[in-house]
Amino acid sequence: MSIATTTAREVTQSLATGRSKEHGPAALIFLGLLWFSMFFGVVVLLVLIIDTIIEGSSRFDGALLTEYGSRVSPETTGFRAGILGSAWLMVFTALFAVPLGIAAALYLEEFANRDRWWNRLIELNLQNLAAVPSIVYGLLAVAVMALLGFDNSGTVLGGAIALALLILPVIIITTREAVRAVPREIRDGSLALGATVWQTTWRQTLPSAIPGIATGTILGLSRAIGEAAPLVVVGLAGSVRFDPEGLLSSITALPMQIFSLTSQSQEDFQTAASAAIVVLLVMILGLNGLAIFIRNKFQRTW
Amino acid sequence: MPANAAYANSRTPAGHVPDPLVDAHDGESRGLPDMPPDPVMEAFGLNVYYGDFHAVHDVNLSFGRHEITALIGPSGCGKSTVLRCLNRMNDLVTGARVEGEVTYHGQNMYARNVDPIAVRTHIGMVFQKPNPFPKSIYDNIAYGPKVTGMKVENMDDLVEGALRGAALWDEVKDKLKQSAYGLSGGQQQRLCIARTIATKPDVILMDEPCSALDPIATARVEDLMHELRSDYTIIIVTHNMQQAARVSDRTAFFTARADETTGNRTGLLVEFDRTSQMFSAPRDKRTEDYISGRFG
Ligand SMILES: Nc1ncnc2c1ncn2[C@@H]1O[C@H](COP(=O)(O)OP(=O)(O)OP(=O)(O)O)[C@@H](O)[C@H]1O
Ligand SMILES: [Mg+2]
Repeated sequence: MSIATTTAREVTQSLATGRSKEHGPAALIFLGLLWFSMFFGVVVLLVLIIDTIIEGSSRFDGALLTEYGSRVSPETTGFRAGILGSAWLMVFTALFAVPLGIAAALYLEEFANRDRWWNRLIELNLQNLAAVPSIVYGLLAVAVMALLGFDNSGTVLGGAIALALLILPVIIITTREAVRAVPREIRDGSLALGATVWQTTWRQTLPSAIPGIATGTILGLSRAIGEAAPLVVVGLAGSVRFDPEGLLSSITALPMQIFSLTSQSQEDFQTAASAAIVVLLVMILGLNGLAIFIRNKFQRTW
Repeated sequence: MPANAAYANSRTPAGHVPDPLVDAHDGESRGLPDMPPDPVMEAFGLNVYYGDFHAVHDVNLSFGRHEITALIGPSGCGKSTVLRCLNRMNDLVTGARVEGEVTYHGQNMYARNVDPIAVRTHIGMVFQKPNPFPKSIYDNIAYGPKVTGMKVENMDDLVEGALRGAALWDEVKDKLKQSAYGLSGGQQQRLCIARTIATKPDVILMDEPCSALDPIATARVEDLMHELRSDYTIIIVTHNMQQAARVSDRTAFFTARADETTGNRTGLLVEFDRTSQMFSAPRDKRTEDYISGRFG
């Protein structure tokens, strides 16, 4: 037998052991733990959602969406004010937070000199801001409204300021990541043609980063839409009986309405609250779906 | 005196204090290297630092009009660094510092009142990896003239002219509105060349423009360089010695020397001469070792 065949056989033997280290007992136990943890999270979430859907199912009707909240007829109470209020809040939150967030992120990524202490300080602060409890942003918004000279901060403006401040760090962080993902070569190509840094940022970097920015913004918004705490602090009403008309009209928001209904003892209010939670979930799912759609549609491989 | 400045790098004239970074390998008088008669760009005493790191030491070079100059040498010897100094792309690298002069038609480009943006419109650059913009082929070409505020009477003509100039027109004329990312690597690189000539530069810098291309695409780019030579001055960095020999009129050979105390490798120019001379009878032992593959 030639040397080559002998070696080949030895190699085959050492490879075909019939056992695999991937399936040792320790590995299996660890894998089991991972599965258990995952199932635990998913199952709890599913039970919660299904329970809420079952409880609210008797109220999945038109009145839920079109009626104002009513204390006298709990069986037909609706969330028109809350849904419209939340929609207005989202629009103005985005209008405030997106330009500010993008500008801040572009400054930090493209213009700031990282050797300067103040830029490092800003960066450090930004990471901490993302971890600040949402209620603090409510207080901040009240202060801002007072500075602007408004007595009543429980308005579209006050609520949108609170939520915009809340999601600003998220938008800045995701925008920076999207901007950083644009390859250096694209910028160099533009600059080498005689474009300024400003032109390069505006015409190359920013357009290429838009899918990432949009996803980040929408995810931020879907967090903001479920927030009640900062809105309570700002002083949004638990219930109003008119549609929002402008920046300064008093409004309520869906999470606020849900919050105020769950403290009522009547069964019908509890049912309505569950149905409203489902509405809120659908809105959040819609936003997340939009984010996924944008990401897939505009995804770019370099 | 510019013509002899480059030469001073490889020789130690009488009375001159020997430079510790340049060893006196040569000394035989084989006559002066032949300098470009009509230099468009020249570098005098060019030193580049990245922070504390001395990347390039005292380079003197001159680049002749309508000539192709190749910069060759082992990896890390500072070829790209020198090239980036020629259109002030090094300004964009944080921590990079340039000493010495780079002149363009006699004007020092590192003078205080010079706008680096304006410099780059005269001295274009093509990169190692084809880097088309994520736009249509047409917009890739139109981008430069737009951002630099060039007066363009008919953008369609300009785009066609640039694409013809880069020998790409016939391949893309039916899909100008399609994404540049749909082109092959070689086509993308020629698109980048077309994009550069669309802004009507005087000098084109190329940093290993063919290293990401296959031999056929490489040959096309090399042919293109020969065609472009009649209108532009080209400076090309290449790792491929045959390519330098094939395309260039003059060659500058760089090498890196380790500092005795810190061990940092500083690049320096060893020899600059006509390519034919350099490849047939190099004056310096290090050049000879490098081009004959005995470098180590
Ligand atoms: N941005 C930078 N910051 C710090 N050091 C750098 C930077 N760019 C290059 N250098 C250093 O400068 C030296 C020269 O680099 P350069 O890229 O000019 O070499 P090169 O001759 O082009 O090499 P290659 O053939 O591998 O491309 C190297 O030691 C490199 O590490
Ligand atoms: Mg290089």
